[in-house]
Amino acid sequence: MRLSYPADIKVIQVPCTGRVDIIHLLNAIEDGADGVYVAGCLEGECHYREGNLKARRKVTYVKKVLTDLGIEPERVEMYNLSSAQGARFAEIANEMAEKIKTLGPTPLAKDSAA
Amino acid sequence: MIVADRKPIEELLGMVEDCKKILVVGCKGCVTVCNVGGLKEVEVLAATMKIARKKAGNPLEIAEHVLERQCDREYVSQLGEEVNDYDAVLSMACGVGPQFLSEMYKEQSFFPAVNTTFFGGATQHGVWEERCAGCGTCGIHMFGGLCPIARCAKSLLHGPCGGSSNGICEVNKETECIWDSIVKKKMEAGQLEDLLGVKNFKSWKTARDGGPRRSIREELVQGNI
Ligand code: SF4
Ligand code: SF4
Repeated sequence: MRLSYPADIKVIQVPCTGRVDIIHLLNAIEDGADGVYVAGCLEGECHYREGNLKARRKVTYVKKVLTDLGIEPERVEMYNLSSAQGARFAEIANEMAEKIKTLGPTPLAKDSAA
Repeated sequence: MIVADRKPIEELLGMVEDCKKILVVGCKGCVTVCNVGGLKEVEVLAATMKIARKKAGNPLEIAEHVLERQCDREYVSQLGEEVNDYDAVLSMACGVGPQFLSEMYKEQSFFPAVNTTFFGGATQHGVWEERCAGCGTCGIHMFGGLCPIARCAKSLLHGPCGGSSNGICEVNKETECIWDSIVKKKMEAGQLEDLLGVKNFKSWKTARDGGPRRSIREELVQGNI
């Protein structure tokens, strides 16, 4: 299956989306990412029971943090798909890339040192 | 434990708006347990503030440090004079922390990052409730183990007020009337008559009304035992 997804998406593999923490999502935004999304297993199918549900709650929390700071919460998203859904993976990647293109680049100043 | 809530981000950003470089200090005590001022919360607050300031085009440099406790001088002293390298310091401990810090490092400005609320415990994940008001003379054994000083809005000691309705306090519909619970508990135990006796006036001298309190243990003051 040769499916393509946008080259400007950087994939970071984790053993389970339960490993993704609030700070990882915030650090990505702080480091200048235009958007971040978590691709977890389908709900109810987590090997660790609720890693993907916890990830969703963390995404929700980060959305609230961004809203408080006047940044579009849509820059952070949670998606669920199974590892057998390669086509869906590419579709989600394209969907997120499109959404970010509409929102435009990150509102964070690029040239800052901190 | 001492329970606290983090201050809103706008308030914290306002405290350090003129700063370029700050230190955020967490505490591994109560505020770690109530998920408000431990390592994770220090990291999240620092990242949030950096994002806000980058967005404003006025980046803020933030160093992070988590002390074992901020209510003991031996731990507070671990920060050392490097605290003076920052424009300001935010403490994520309860109100005791920034005071111990201010007392030790007189040149620096310390800001409280949390609102300290009460002594209580978690009744479910993410929910904390008040249980003790630190009155200095504990008497919960007289009330079926439930504290009417901390848990009755009026701190009544001789039974419920007329506003108690179906187990709910008249002051707040979200709050149980603790006197309803005390009476029910004593009735179920067949000990209702325990509540009938007239109690002596409570001395509030041991509570906050007597001014700031101090606890002295002579044997410890004299040295290790
Ligand atoms: S009686 Fe006083 S010390 Fe005891 S739980 Fe109530 S407020 Fe706290
Ligand atoms: S309703 Fe109950 S808890 Fe509320 S003030 Fe009256 S006695 Fe106290």
